[in-house]
Amino acid sequence: MFFKYLLRRLVFVIPTLLITTFVVFSFILLIPGDPVLTLLGENATPEKIAQLREQLGLDQPIIVQYGHWLLNVLQGDLGRSLFTGQSVFEAVTSRLGVTIQLVVVATVISVVSGILLAIVSVYFRNSWIDYFARFISILGASLPNFWIGMLLVVVFSLHLGLVPATGFTSITENPGSFFKSVILPALSMGAIGMAVVTRHLRSSLIEVMEAEFIRTAFSKGATRRRAIFHHGLRNAMLPVVTTIGIGFGNAVGGTVVIETIFAIPGTGQLAVNSILQRDFTMLQGVVLVLIVMVIVINFITDIMYALLDPRIEY
Amino acid sequence: MGFKEVFKRFMAERLAFISFIYLVLLVIVAIFAPYIAPYDPNKQDLAHVLADPSFSHLMGTDNLGRDIFSRLLMGTRAALQASLFAILIPVLIGIPIGIIAGYLGGLIDDIFMRIVDAIMSIPAILLCLGITAALGVSLWNAMIAIGITSIPQFARLARGQTLQVRTEAYVESAKISGAGSIWIMLKHIIPNISPPVLVQASLNISFAVLVEVSLSFLGMGAQSPDISWGSLIQQAYTMINMKPWMIIYPGVAVSLTIMAGNFVGDGLRVAVDPKLKNKS
Repeated sequence: MFFKYLLRRLVFVIPTLLITTFVVFSFILLIPGDPVLTLLGENATPEKIAQLREQLGLDQPIIVQYGHWLLNVLQGDLGRSLFTGQSVFEAVTSRLGVTIQLVVVATVISVVSGILLAIVSVYFRNSWIDYFARFISILGASLPNFWIGMLLVVVFSLHLGLVPATGFTSITENPGSFFKSVILPALSMGAIGMAVVTRHLRSSLIEVMEAEFIRTAFSKGATRRRAIFHHGLRNAMLPVVTTIGIGFGNAVGGTVVIETIFAIPGTGQLAVNSILQRDFTMLQGVVLVLIVMVIVINFITDIMYALLDPRIEY
Repeated sequence: MGFKEVFKRFMAERLAFISFIYLVLLVIVAIFAPYIAPYDPNKQDLAHVLADPSFSHLMGTDNLGRDIFSRLLMGTRAALQASLFAILIPVLIGIPIGIIAGYLGGLIDDIFMRIVDAIMSIPAILLCLGITAALGVSLWNAMIAIGITSIPQFARLARGQTLQVRTEAYVESAKISGAGSIWIMLKHIIPNISPPVLVQASLNISFAVLVEVSLSFLGMGAQSPDISWGSLIQQAYTMINMKPWMIIYPGVAVSLTIMAGNFVGDGLRVAVDPKLKNKS
């Protein structure tokens, strides 16, 4: 039964993938000017222009061009960098490990701290602790991630000298240095996700806490702690599964700016560099890989949601 | 629900009201920035570089001796313009798309929802980067990108509201009395979807400011001599070893503005739908 459900969800993911990849593909179409003229120069003869256009497949309808492109992508061929001639697939995959480590830590930070803040906030509802927790969450939602990063660098790197301000060490190389190099960027990237998770879980917890069965639990003598942890959380946690996807998506978006300020050689930095160098095939490749990653994670959290929620029938 | 009633309830939301006043002040500053600024924001004064805050330079000067306070005031313009675009483009394009999809229903609606959901699964900043890169790096194009990125959200909102309103008795009776589709959309649907659109619009101020600042920070938004809070943060960051406090002013300005947009949005949400009040 579950397998059938999985298949049905998969069928839903395919159009999403097709549409988003089409959007990524069409970035190239937005570029002003004729790519053939750019390649050949202004003095090219009309015959040569027509020839190259045919060679590149540019004389065909957009949807056919997209089809060709997609077939290549499926075979792991993302084209070559317009700038260095390097294979885009290799460039992206060689940097992906760094970004994934960063994003995973950031997601864990945002989900764990978000859940803690929400619980504390509901447990001490309308006390100063609640207001403080909500204030933290508002800060997370309002301060730009790169500015948080800078403040952290000023305090923890420049002032206290605890962690390096830039650079990255992979976890496989040296777990200790990995932790030191990842903590500030991950904190800055995770802040917004934390805010979102806190907000979601807090309101769903409050809603649950007002439900009949919680009142029953209270009337049967349950303490506030037991009501929240034993009865409330279990029922409020479900929406949080979805927020893992939100936290992940936010973190992936955050890599672009954060990798730049912390000089981390991941895909976000690659995206920024390729824009500045007008390396469109590279940008296309990076964005494509990042988006597919986000869609896959969202798909997985959807499935997890269904697995955890007994009310959903396959 | 009368406008007066909503306004009264909005006033009662203290944070939202203060935030609203702040945003209004910001608009005034943005419009009159060149007249309010004590110095020409781009005028270099190499005799007074990296000066600490004083009475003559309230926030000090940067590495080229430019008055940071004046530059901060001018930076409101980029933020304001981005916000305007982030509201106008999706309102003018996204809402009609959403209303039509919701009103027509059926296959068109299905296709539409697939597209909107797909685009919304892309992290917004990536989409903005891609569009800006393709159109060419400039503040203008960054703003267009921010506007385009917001279209799906507004379209989805308009569609959802339209679906709700479409089945209301007064729309049915308008149909029976022979009103045309366009008449119904203009007369009944648009007024009814306005409140949630207003909420979304004020939340979008925050989104626009954040993305504009991020893009300008990366060098993909405002280009010199245009000034953005993002480029101010970027310039301050290069001086972080010498004058770490320089990152404070533009960062606080950005954060307060994003916060204000969120508070106004939340306040409006409660003002429009008082039932939500207990949940916060």
